[in-house]
Amino acid sequence: MIPAPFTHVRVSSTKEASDALDHYGDDAKLLAGGHSLIPLMKLRLATPSVLIDIMRIQELKGIRREDGKIVIGALTNHVEIERSPIVQQYAPLIAAAAAYVGDPQVRNRGTIGGSVAHGDSASDLSGALLAADATIIVSGPSGIRQIPVAEFFLGFWTTALEPSDVMTEIHIPEASQSPWSYQKFTIRSQDWAVVSVALSGSRIVLGAMGEIPLRAEATEQALLNGASAEEASKLAAENTNPSSDLRASADYRRHLAQVLVFDALSESSSRI
Amino acid sequence: MTTVRITINGTAQQHDVEDRTLLIHYIRENSRLTGAHIGCDTSNCGACTVILNGQAVKSCTVLAVQADGEEVTTVEGISGKFNGLSAVQEGFRQEHGLQCGYCTPGMVMACTALLNENPKPSEHEIRHALEGNICRCTGYEMIVNSVRWASEHGDAQ
Repeated sequence: MIPAPFTHVRVSSTKEASDALDHYGDDAKLLAGGHSLIPLMKLRLATPSVLIDIMRIQELKGIRREDGKIVIGALTNHVEIERSPIVQQYAPLIAAAAAYVGDPQVRNRGTIGGSVAHGDSASDLSGALLAADATIIVSGPSGIRQIPVAEFFLGFWTTALEPSDVMTEIHIPEASQSPWSYQKFTIRSQDWAVVSVALSGSRIVLGAMGEIPLRAEATEQALLNGASAEEASKLAAENTNPSSDLRASADYRRHLAQVLVFDALSESSSRI
Repeated sequence: MTTVRITINGTAQQHDVEDRTLLIHYIRENSRLTGAHIGCDTSNCGACTVILNGQAVKSCTVLAVQADGEEVTTVEGISGKFNGLSAVQEGFRQEHGLQCGYCTPGMVMACTALLNENPKPSEHEIRHALEGNICRCTGYEMIVNSVRWASEHGDAQ
């Protein structure tokens, strides 16, 4: 399968990327590692006429600590995040979730920014970043914007990114003391999650249980009211809207959500 | 069309390609190296795995223009002290780590990348590193044994 024809344009700074998006308009897409976009283009589900290749913009790469948060450049790839001592210590949920993305070859190429911008509810990092209460930093025509992850995902493959926006960084509050867990159920290890659960502190997020990553609010509230993990996890599928597809029925996903939330609560309580 | 310069197995090459050319097609059709295979063509099976700047990648999901200026190693580019075979290749021979052989070039490259980073992997690490490579003949037991043989008998590449 070969993508529809397009023109490849390489840029070397965030400013150049923004200018190129302005110049080429709606038919242009940003290309980072390409591990969400190129498969869509091969299936002709995406047919941009221009690809603006941002992968060599050095200012958008790297991981650092700053003012009580971890700052991850949008072009940082999954394998760097998975292995980063800073992320492992101060945002362990994110390091764990990054290690579950696809397989080693995918993690060598795919970037955190590309994964989040793709806006798939089954993405390992999207759910984990919502649980971690992260913020997406975006550079657009009107300047820099900070978008909480809770406001970033709008619907199926739809995010708060505007056509001329360039995602620059992801900010994650340090959480080295918080209990955490990441649970992912797949048919094959490299697959997208059938259902995933990301837990950080008191926040529990379900992946693939609706069009966007969802907080398990009924479970969170029950726990605040003193319910046991067993009782609270039975509420995990409330107010979710999972789909039925080749991998699982909606009913099976609701069942998995309860099982995986229980597992997440059990594992996280062992980390307190 | 774009002119790309890619070093493959140590040889610098230059070709004019359509921007949409995938790296696997570039390697097979422009460079005429047909060791790397096209299996699923959807970044699942790993038959197209090559080493790009030291890291295993699925060349069906990389554009040739993305690899411009970079270095690629394919299965044709590895060799070693076992009658010309590398330790990984000889491991697959000794432990019968293949049946039809279609997945083997990708398996060998993924294992080579693993052993370059981690010369003494545990069984869990071997299996984790091969998550992206699918074999439909042998099961994985003998492939894991092949990697272990290579790990015990010498340098990867």
